Amino acid sequence: MPARKRTSLALSNKQLLRLYEDMSMLRAFDEKVSERCIRGEIPGLIHLGVGEEAVAVGVNAALQPQDKMVSTHRAHSHFLARGADPKAFMAELYGKATGCCGGKAGSMHLADPEIGFLAANGVVGGGLPLAVGAALGQRILKGDWVTLCFFGDGANNNGAFHESLNLAAVWELPVVFLCENNGYGISQSIHKQQRVANVADRAPAYGIPAEIIDGNDVLEVYETVRRAVDKARSGGGPILIEAKTYRTTGHYVGDSESYRSKGEVAKWQAKDPIVRFEKVLRRKKLLSTALKVEIEARITALVEEATDFAMQSPAPDPAAALTHVYCEGGA
Amino acid sequence: MARMSYAEALNEAHRIAMRDDPRVFTLGEDIGEYGGIYRVTKGLQAEFGEQRVLDTPISEIAITGAAVGAALVGSRPILEIGFVDFVGTCWDQVFNQAAKFRYMTDGRASVPLVIRMACGAGLGYGVHHSQSLEAWFTHVPGLKVVMPATPADAKGMLLAAIDDKDPVVFLEHKFLYEVKDEVPDGHYTVALGKARVAREGADVTIVSWSGAVPWALKAAEQAAAEGIECEVLDLRSLVPLDEDAIVASVEKTGRLIICHEACTTGGFGAEIVARVVARAFDFLDAEPRRVGAPDIPVPSSLALEAVYLGTRERLLEEVRAIVS
Repeated sequence: MPARKRTSLALSNKQLLRLYEDMSMLRAFDEKVSERCIRGEIPGLIHLGVGEEAVAVGVNAALQPQDKMVSTHRAHSHFLARGADPKAFMAELYGKATGCCGGKAGSMHLADPEIGFLAANGVVGGGLPLAVGAALGQRILKGDWVTLCFFGDGANNNGAFHESLNLAAVWELPVVFLCENNGYGISQSIHKQQRVANVADRAPAYGIPAEIIDGNDVLEVYETVRRAVDKARSGGGPILIEAKTYRTTGHYVGDSESYRSKGEVAKWQAKDPIVRFEKVLRRKKLLSTALKVEIEARITALVEEATDFAMQSPAPDPAAALTHVYCEGGA
Repeated sequence: MARMSYAEALNEAHRIAMRDDPRVFTLGEDIGEYGGIYRVTKGLQAEFGEQRVLDTPISEIAITGAAVGAALVGSRPILEIGFVDFVGTCWDQVFNQAAKFRYMTDGRASVPLVIRMACGAGLGYGVHHSQSLEAWFTHVPGLKVVMPATPADAKGMLLAAIDDKDPVVFLEHKFLYEVKDEVPDGHYTVALGKARVAREGADVTIVSWSGAVPWALKAAEQAAAEGIECEVLDLRSLVPLDEDAIVASVEKTGRLIICHEACTTGGFGAEIVARVVARAFDFLDAEPRRVGAPDIPVPSSLALEAVYLGTRERLLEEVRAIVS
């Protein structure tokens, strides 16, 4: 691993505060989603990113506007960090006509080409080959984007993962594979699913360099991904980064969580990425209590506005169910 | 016009599209210097280079997903999968990923992708290299399913498929690759969703596609010698389907036979019967008939494979029966 060059990647005070505000916003948004899902207002299978915000925010801070992002079923935090409009996103979760995908995507199939968010995915491992393709398309079209591919630890025993790493390596494509290792595939801990201790251990078999990082440290995420993205953009080929983190809520809203102890969850809550970064900012004298209150008020207003917008928006016209099957229109 | 084989016509379509549009490229197993197992991509790598004619590992999930992802960001991939039988290995990328993007984004994203696959039996290739699986694709909203039967259609429909903004499953029957016929010069397209009357007739409508079209024409010729005039309709594409052409022909003849190579149960023939019964029931003078393979895997022994391909011989008997 090359020596850290913190200075060259240093963020301004404004940018540091932005990381904090973004993480806090993701948390507040998903907590609101959870509340409204339990109330029965938001339908479907909802996978929250609570506890994993440092990965989404740190990653996005390392990307350029032209870069592409490929996500997973646990996409909310990635989508918001990338710049999705909270109102259109919340409306999508509510299944409203004003949703960013007209109510056809819901939580697991989000996409927004305008912000380079190519796809969430309802299929574990389904996004990895798409990311390789987005990078291949960059080469064909002579673009200058790097593709950032999120995947979970649950995907690394899937054939799509292995084939994608190999193909990206063979073609030296500009893809950064970012494993958000939250320790569980639904109810199964990673240790029950594979003999190798780390997802990163797979990468050398495909000739891909890998790094393991603390996924609850937003600065470590940012710096590592930034170096990887810069390297990929300059023709250095793919890289795999394994961010160790933890989802402090269930697999989905309504999960019994019978497979893990409250003590285990509490241990990780003590490593909460937002609380940790708040301490960093306070040490640097960047965050006062007054500023924190101001930020929280801003986030509350934003989330409330998004939720009100979603609630007040009309349901889609049933006729819309029959549109956009083909380029000519309906079925 | 030039006389060329179906494989050569497909090759020419690739060349034209790749010369016209730098976004077009092709990828697949052994398609580069080797030219593809059916020689469809012969010489393309020499003209367009390794970056636009990509040899891939035997890795169908990754190469199919890579084609989908590349289409999603605006390039125009043509993916070759040597045998449709292999689509099971990468099925998720075809039916869950490629097919769904336009719909799930409410029209904001598209996947302008062509997946070329060879299908069909008759060469003793056995259970994993001989199937006709077109019905699978027709059951997935979002996919277009194209099955040209002639060299001229192969070229014009491949060019149309490359132009199309949706994922197109382009199925080529192995027996057709060497068939030669007149092919128009230069760039032209044959619209997807427009059936072709391959032979006119007033007594019986035979609907077929791909490798079954020559069977239908042969049976029609034999039937004509017995005084039965068959109209042979080559559907060219199953999605979009030229339902109007089928109904118009049945309204004329009053008798419908669907002839396909695929297994009968769940085959696309059933869909056609259902649609004709719904729209033209009063015109039917006899019950519609499906002539397809028995519901068995495709055996290797040519003696056994002939049973799977019994449709060829049975078709004339069905024509005689439907007019009696």
